Amino acid sequence: MLKIIVLAKQVPDTRNVGPEAMTPEGTVNRAALPAVFNPEDLNALEQAIRLKEQNPGSTITMLTMGLPKAAEVLREGLYRGADKGILLTDRALGGADTLATSYTLAQAIKKVGEYDIILCGRQAIDGDTAQVGPQVAEKLGLTQITYTEEILECTKEKIVARRHIDGGVETVEAPLPIVVTVNGSAAPCRSRNVKRVMANKKAEFTTWGAADIDADPAQIGKAGSPTNVKAVKSIVFKAKESKSLTGSDEDINNLMKELIESNTIG
Amino acid sequence: MANSYTDIPEIKFHMEHPMMQRIVELKERNFEDKGKYDYAPEDFEDAMDSYDKVLEVVGDINANVIAPNAEDVDAEGPHCENGRVRYAAKTYENLDATRKAGLNGMTMPRRYEGLNLPVSVYTAANEIVSAGDAGFENIWSLQDCIETLYCFGNEEQRKKYIPRVCAGETMSMDLTEPDAGSDLQSVMLKATYDEKEDCWRLNGVKRFITNGDSDIHLVLARSEEGTRDGRGLSMFIYDKRNGGVNVRRIENKMGIHGSPTCELTYKNAKAELCGDRKLGLIKYVMSLMNGARLGIAAQSVGIEQAAYEEALAYAQDRKQFGKEIINFPAVYDMIATIKAKLDAGRSLLYQTARYVDIYKALEDIARERQLTPEERKELKQFSRLADAFTPLAKGMNSEFANQSSYDAIQVHGGSGFMLEYKCQRIYRDARITSIYEGTTQLQTVAAIRYVTNGTYTSVINDMIAEVKANPAVAAYSNYVARIEAMAQKLEECIDYVKAQENQDVLDFSARKLYEMTAYTIMSLLVLQDTMRNAELFTKSLVIFVNHAESEVARHQNYIHCMNAEVLENYKQ
Repeated sequence: MLKIIVLAKQVPDTRNVGPEAMTPEGTVNRAALPAVFNPEDLNALEQAIRLKEQNPGSTITMLTMGLPKAAEVLREGLYRGADKGILLTDRALGGADTLATSYTLAQAIKKVGEYDIILCGRQAIDGDTAQVGPQVAEKLGLTQITYTEEILECTKEKIVARRHIDGGVETVEAPLPIVVTVNGSAAPCRSRNVKRVMANKKAEFTTWGAADIDADPAQIGKAGSPTNVKAVKSIVFKAKESKSLTGSDEDINNLMKELIESNTIG
Repeated sequence: MANSYTDIPEIKFHMEHPMMQRIVELKERNFEDKGKYDYAPEDFEDAMDSYDKVLEVVGDINANVIAPNAEDVDAEGPHCENGRVRYAAKTYENLDATRKAGLNGMTMPRRYEGLNLPVSVYTAANEIVSAGDAGFENIWSLQDCIETLYCFGNEEQRKKYIPRVCAGETMSMDLTEPDAGSDLQSVMLKATYDEKEDCWRLNGVKRFITNGDSDIHLVLARSEEGTRDGRGLSMFIYDKRNGGVNVRRIENKMGIHGSPTCELTYKNAKAELCGDRKLGLIKYVMSLMNGARLGIAAQSVGIEQAAYEEALAYAQDRKQFGKEIINFPAVYDMIATIKAKLDAGRSLLYQTARYVDIYKALEDIARERQLTPEERKELKQFSRLADAFTPLAKGMNSEFANQSSYDAIQVHGGSGFMLEYKCQRIYRDARITSIYEGTTQLQTVAAIRYVTNGTYTSVINDMIAEVKANPAVAAYSNYVARIEAMAQKLEECIDYVKAQENQDVLDFSARKLYEMTAYTIMSLLVLQDTMRNAELFTKSLVIFVNHAESEVARHQNYIHCMNAEVLENYKQ
């Protein structure tokens, strides 16, 4: 029986970016991007559901921080196999960078109390930092396995996982409790289960604010975030950066030479 | 993300039909499961919302797992290894996805771990899966054999088998044999009672068994020694866990490659009697077949949808003579006709499913308590309607699936003949629909008595009266008049054929009378649908009534050329 926590984030769907994705001022137009379950968090949820299947009696608690509508990812988690959801929402938590976010999540996890394994996606598609998972582990003083592709074995005492590393994979073993971040190359998350959908469509979630998790006001939200975004620019690749080839032998030969010289191939 | 349910508003339209109120009321019985099961609905709106959400899951799995796997499954097909079936690799992915989503035992009561969904909702799921892969739909939809076990098995058998099917175990119905295809009275598989073990034993061969290596089989076998007709046949349950049935070979088919069609050998296989002896064919297989026929109607509509999508997408993309071919009348004629038939056939499918829903729910209530006289009347009425509509829905939609997939290839031109394009698989998959679970010719046999005894005529008259009473009718008076004219032609033809008092002439004209009936009813259904949602169906109303009118006139001409003397020329 494992007590599993899955950290999930609701993110703008940056994979389906239309022309209205950026405002004329160069900021992200959130209204034009549908909010979705961060894809790699879904990979993490799938690993959690498999652990639960292998260890009957285990429970999965989903934890998310965001606007009240972020509860949608909690519901999605319940539809697919999680048991309960906790929503961290508070104006005071807004504008958090990865440092403030990981502090807030760590505080919430402490309040949850018992846990054996904390799973989350490697990174979120809006920020792409891959920092929150590791920082949560540090703040809780836990071991961590990052870039996990598959949990091969997990008991109350130890976990064996296969990690995706540059140029290959490595299998590691670690003691519990632990933080595991899951890579997008891991198994995709199963779809919703219809009985769970019908049972949970009206489920209510525990909602916590900054005060509920004993958070230090100086370490949360904007106040706790040393990162400042100076500007966001929309970069459009122009045609002059591309090269047209005629398909003649000469053109192809020149291209081959160029690619070999720049060590792109060969 | 693509979703084969939410992307097709026509399916949802049928899920919101006014008859759903009564169906939910009967199916949920004052919402007595509320509080007992966390997934039971609280009220009508809650139930309807659940149906919608279930179909959204089906649409997701179909669009993102089943449909993308279809070409690989078709290319690989199943394998026969040491007397067992090994499905194509991606079939296992499909099964895993549908099982994890809990899409099994969909119509079974919650007390056996089912979803307690109406047949109409299950039919929609069936249609959706079939549009993705008609071969996989076969394996998955055989779950509805459990209806027969639920209706006729004893409580012990229900408790033993239904939860297993709800958990995703597969089923098959083992009926046909080398010498018993359309004529099931000739079934010879032998069932003998084993006194020592207190069980039945099955010996013999079955052939053309869809998903023949399933977990739980319903088997038609001869339990009464010395008999030769249907009265000597009983229904048995064979549990694969007991062993005794092996797959001798898998047929090499033209289409639905994902679905293994097996030849089975029974060697002293242990089996349980389901229901009473001697009622196997007469009662239970008839029930099984009616469910299966509705299933094939849904499969056919799914294929029509797939054919439409492929034809439309290709025609919008392909350029010839400087423009996309969709802009040529000869091409858009084909595509518009596919869509109109799809809308009409789908409407017929769901009307049938709703009739089945009402009578089945009432039949189920009758197992628990005595029905009121009104309920008994309702049961009789809807049971008759379901019996009359099922052969129309199966026969017409399977023919439409064939016609539409043929036209989808035609739209593709030479590319459609190449194996790279999806339309050729759809065309091959469609071919079986007008053959199995009773050929179109046998659907005609099942329907013709309702043609001659006035059942359809009275349904048509009721529908016309209903349409005329609709406040929106003024805008459609032209269509009402045209459909009334079709109905008159039909009646006139029925009288003409009957007046000849010649069975051969009647049998010969039956298919034409059957189609005239179906076209008239479908025209009325599309008209009713248009009155409910003009935006969605007006075009199909225009096109379908044009098409139906010309078909009815064609058949009328033919019937009038027919008499006993002329018929002699046809005899071979």
